Amino acid sequence: MNAVDLLFYFFATLAVGGGVLMVFSRHPVSAALFMIISLVSVAALFVLLEAFFLAILQVLVYAGAVMVLFLFIIMLLDVGPEGGKVSRLKLITGFAGCVSVGILIILLLQLFGTGIGDNSSWPSIEMSPYVNGESLLFSTSIKNFGYGLFTKYMLPLQVAGFLLLGAMVGVIVLSKKSLPTEER
Amino acid sequence: METITPQHFLILSFLLFTVGFLGVLIRRNLLLVLMSLELMLNGVNVALVSFSRTSLNLDGSLFVFFIMTVAATEVAVGLALLVALYKRRRSVFSEDTALLKN
Repeated sequence: MNAVDLLFYFFATLAVGGGVLMVFSRHPVSAALFMIISLVSVAALFVLLEAFFLAILQVLVYAGAVMVLFLFIIMLLDVGPEGGKVSRLKLITGFAGCVSVGILIILLLQLFGTGIGDNSSWPSIEMSPYVNGESLLFSTSIKNFGYGLFTKYMLPLQVAGFLLLGAMVGVIVLSKKSLPTEER
Repeated sequence: METITPQHFLILSFLLFTVGFLGVLIRRNLLLVLMSLELMLNGVNVALVSFSRTSLNLDGSLFVFFIMTVAATEVAVGLALLVALYKRRRSVFSEDTALLKN
């Protein structure tokens, strides 16, 4: 067992354990902090997969921006730990949950049964070209990301930009105070 | 000789997705439901990056990029909706959101 294996098991345990603790923690603030542990561990796993740009992006966007937004909203709303109110699980909810868990179990059986990715190894990355025929080549450099985004994925990039603009406008409209003439 | 295969990463991504799904299913606090959704998206991201690495194809990594964009957008809009709901109902629990019933 070499160092990479140890790192994988360490960060995998941290990611899944942080997720489990997040789901079962009573207080929302501690849940958000466990979630940050889980997200940073996933970033470390991206480093192990040699996707360095995505690891940086994971730390900046998720652990940096999204979770700070979550903590901000938790503290703004002053949400305490959950009380002892019993949740009534409706029949349709239970049915949908059972079906979804069944589909997940089928997925797990497929994962073990067919041995997908079982005997495939990690091919080495060559640095030179951007494209091989039609497909973009995986690379550790950000140049290849930029090339892919501005050639093959030009339209999705612009749609993502419009999505961000629409979300910004929507959030401003939602959080605006309603005019006093509407209330009277 | 025990080494990490791509299947290890796929099992990890399955575990992350399952934990997030259980969170969506059993939690009543809508903030935690949103966080569990993020965890599910992270599990999918791990699977996409590992497939992208094994097949030496950048498309999976670019999809992860777009998934991150959409997830950040979704969180911003979801939290704004949650604040608007809290202003009206003084609660962030999912059983208090049955607006059509009463």
